[in-house]
Amino acid sequence: MFRCVLSALVALLLLPSLAAAADLKQLVDQLGADDFAAKIQAVQDIGALGDGRAVAVLKALNDGALYATTDHRVVLAQPAGDRFKTFDPVDGASLGEAAADALEKVRVNNRLRGAIDAALGSLTLVGGSLQDRLSAAQEALKHPAADGGAALEKALAAEKDPQVRAAFALALAAARIGSGSREQRLAAVAELAQSSAPQVRSVLAQQRDAADLDPEVRRAIDGALSAVEGRLKLIGFAVTLFEGLSLGSILLLAAIGLAITFGVMGVINMAHGEMIMLGAYSTFVVQQLFRAFLPPQWIDGYLVAAVPVAFLTTAAVGIALERGIIRFLYGRPLETMLATWGVSLVLQQLVRSIFGATNQEVANPAWMTGGFTLIGGATFTWNRIVILIFCFAVLGALALLLRRTTLGLHMRAVTQNRDMSAAMGIATARVDALTFGLGSGIAGMAGVALSQIGNVSPNLGQIYIVDSFMVVVFGGVGSLLGTLAGAMSLGIVNKLLEPVAGAVLGKVVVLVAIILFIQKRPRGLFALKGRAAES
Amino acid sequence: MPGASSLLTPRGWAWFLGLGAVLVIGVPLLNAVPPAGAALQLPDYLVPLLGKYLCYALLALSLDLIWGYAGILSLGHGAFFALGGYAMGMHLMRQIGTRGVYANAELPDFMVFLNWKALPWYWWGFDHFTFAALMVVLVPGVLALVFGWFAFRSRVTGVYLSIITQALTYALWLAFFRNDMGFGGNNGLTDFKDIFGFDLHAASTRRGLYIASVIALGLGYLACRFIVASKLGRLLLALRDAESRVRFLGYSVDHAKLFVFTIAAVLAGIAGALYVPQVGIINPSEFSTANSIEIAIWVAVGGRGTLLGAIIGAIAINFAKSWLTGSLPEAWLFVLGALFVLVTLAFPQGILGLSAQFRGLRGRGRGAPPAPVPGEEGAP
Repeated sequence: MFRCVLSALVALLLLPSLAAAADLKQLVDQLGADDFAAKIQAVQDIGALGDGRAVAVLKALNDGALYATTDHRVVLAQPAGDRFKTFDPVDGASLGEAAADALEKVRVNNRLRGAIDAALGSLTLVGGSLQDRLSAAQEALKHPAADGGAALEKALAAEKDPQVRAAFALALAAARIGSGSREQRLAAVAELAQSSAPQVRSVLAQQRDAADLDPEVRRAIDGALSAVEGRLKLIGFAVTLFEGLSLGSILLLAAIGLAITFGVMGVINMAHGEMIMLGAYSTFVVQQLFRAFLPPQWIDGYLVAAVPVAFLTTAAVGIALERGIIRFLYGRPLETMLATWGVSLVLQQLVRSIFGATNQEVANPAWMTGGFTLIGGATFTWNRIVILIFCFAVLGALALLLRRTTLGLHMRAVTQNRDMSAAMGIATARVDALTFGLGSGIAGMAGVALSQIGNVSPNLGQIYIVDSFMVVVFGGVGSLLGTLAGAMSLGIVNKLLEPVAGAVLGKVVVLVAIILFIQKRPRGLFALKGRAAES
Repeated sequence: MPGASSLLTPRGWAWFLGLGAVLVIGVPLLNAVPPAGAALQLPDYLVPLLGKYLCYALLALSLDLIWGYAGILSLGHGAFFALGGYAMGMHLMRQIGTRGVYANAELPDFMVFLNWKALPWYWWGFDHFTFAALMVVLVPGVLALVFGWFAFRSRVTGVYLSIITQALTYALWLAFFRNDMGFGGNNGLTDFKDIFGFDLHAASTRRGLYIASVIALGLGYLACRFIVASKLGRLLLALRDAESRVRFLGYSVDHAKLFVFTIAAVLAGIAGALYVPQVGIINPSEFSTANSIEIAIWVAVGGRGTLLGAIIGAIAINFAKSWLTGSLPEAWLFVLGALFVLVTLAFPQGILGLSAQFRGLRGRGRGAPPAPVPGEEGAP
């Protein structure tokens, strides 16, 4: 009893001032104290010491591997037979063997574990790797230390990395709200108000509800809260917008080929989804070829090669489809629909027979994996960004083709008046075949993009076909601008509805909305005007 | 023949009643009377299978009424079939009572499983058959009425109509997959025990359901004949071939279309209601877009705008499907896909039009020239 009172006294009186100078080994020996208050004090002091070697000691303590000897030392012990091998916990030097009854386990309770965690946290602030220090700073932000962040202050002074410094400063400010003078607190609140980390909001809200709070500080916290919340809302909106645009770009890629064939030829191609699927499988095949025949450092280039391969493959299939089946059915749109549906069934079964019904694995190239994190924890993945850019590149190229080339001129002419175009000497049959090939080829490129974000399976096309139709019908037939607007608005509306109504119900709502929208504008958002609009 | 003023010719009546008698009396007798295993005995499993085909035939008939005669190709017709089926399935679920796995008198098994406390309001009343029967007719009918009113009023026609009907069934498909819709989610409704107190697994009950299907198909056929043989039927043919002209002549095209669309939905609902007790399950896959498109191919294979062709097509294709998926499962989609292409390219008038087509090929077309391919507007 006397010993523990003494050690507690020593701890209370001497250590705060001596902590920095005290020897780590001495403090470790104090862990052998009998009462938990003294142990906690010792753990806190070890944490305050900021010595990297203490991490192993505290971890050992947490794991129950520390033992107190009869001569009031604390050692690391490992059972060896019925005796124990003992080591110095700080430097790991062997201290010989000890009998089991000469050692007493250093017991740990939950309060002590809390102290150990906190001490470990402050130790990693200084000694850990970059990642460790960052996550320790995050942890400190979530649970601001009651002591006003002395450890953080020290860590901040020693830190060089600007990213970690910012994180430390934030955590420090969070710790200072709870303690210190009014001016210090106000300064801390002002600093936090600049941040847009989601955790700051909860820290501020927590502090605001503290019982004994200076009204001025509370007002400042309220102001800071609304500032942070406003920024977070903005970031959340930006993330939703990005997700919507990403979905929209996928829909656009999937629908654009459909819009062309429907616009120019009045043909509903139910096998369009299967063109997407074929594009994705082309990507898979190119990837396998790269893996099999080219040196491994080239593998990241497979995607670049897959784009033209997929385009040409699906364009060839599309032209064959047009020449073989669809051209006999012009003027009979409903029957075209049924015939192309039949083709889609055959293509699906064909792919299933060749590649099997299971999903095929298509890997993202290294330059498309990962992403970057914006302030506030919003993550933008590279593959979606690349697809977004790719989608606009395709749209731009297509617009150029339609506006600036002879083929584009012919296509537009046939869209507007087929008979007149034929009379002017345009080979409409050839234009039809090329248009269909172009539309199918774009679907194939959509398949390349889709292979990067989802599964490649024989049903891939079926997932997107109804959505693609909706985009075309919504945007209006035969208008690239309409397809763009249709795809993007559907994508964004879908993503906006998702948190409110859930993914499935959101989609149902969108479908019903489109069905209602068609009542108002049967020819879509960007309907062709004039005689061309009459069918 | 379309346009004939009487319901059926005397010869037609003879055929109709004769075939009906064979199906109603002959098939059950062949199943029930000879001892099991005898050469002439119709195995028990075939009776509900035939009943299933007849339900499909009624479904195809209803699509032929709107596609073949009014030019409305609904790619969401399966939705009405499934809704009728769900209404019937809900009644059968309520009949299970305490014989479910959880023996809960108040709630169906899946609701107990999902921890629901009370029966949702839209399940009220399904304990009574009359109410359920009313819903079998009303739910698809009202949906078709509302949907059609919106669609036809704003002159959504041709492929646009096909696509939004497809969107309709797709939306329902998504919705019925959700567990919190209260229709059993992915698993749908199943484990039915009995109907009117008769055990659903008993051969006699199955014969009864089969006979009901034959009668429903027969009445459905007569109803469709009545419509297409009436003045309205001629109006439908006219608006199929030249909608704008009929409109300019002062007819209310929208009302005529809405009427047949609703009738067709009701027929499809009845087909669904007869289908469910015979196959023993209804789940959201009935709403899938592929199912609805398949109905169109039954009609196309049999011959559009003939009514009889739809029945023949549905039975023939489904028989082939049962046979092929059993013996050559890989081949079925190839065959179905090829059928779609072949029928549209080479045999636009289907099986019933074959003889006329060959007569036409030999240049000795006698009598009426081949009917124009129905259901098409001019090229856009």
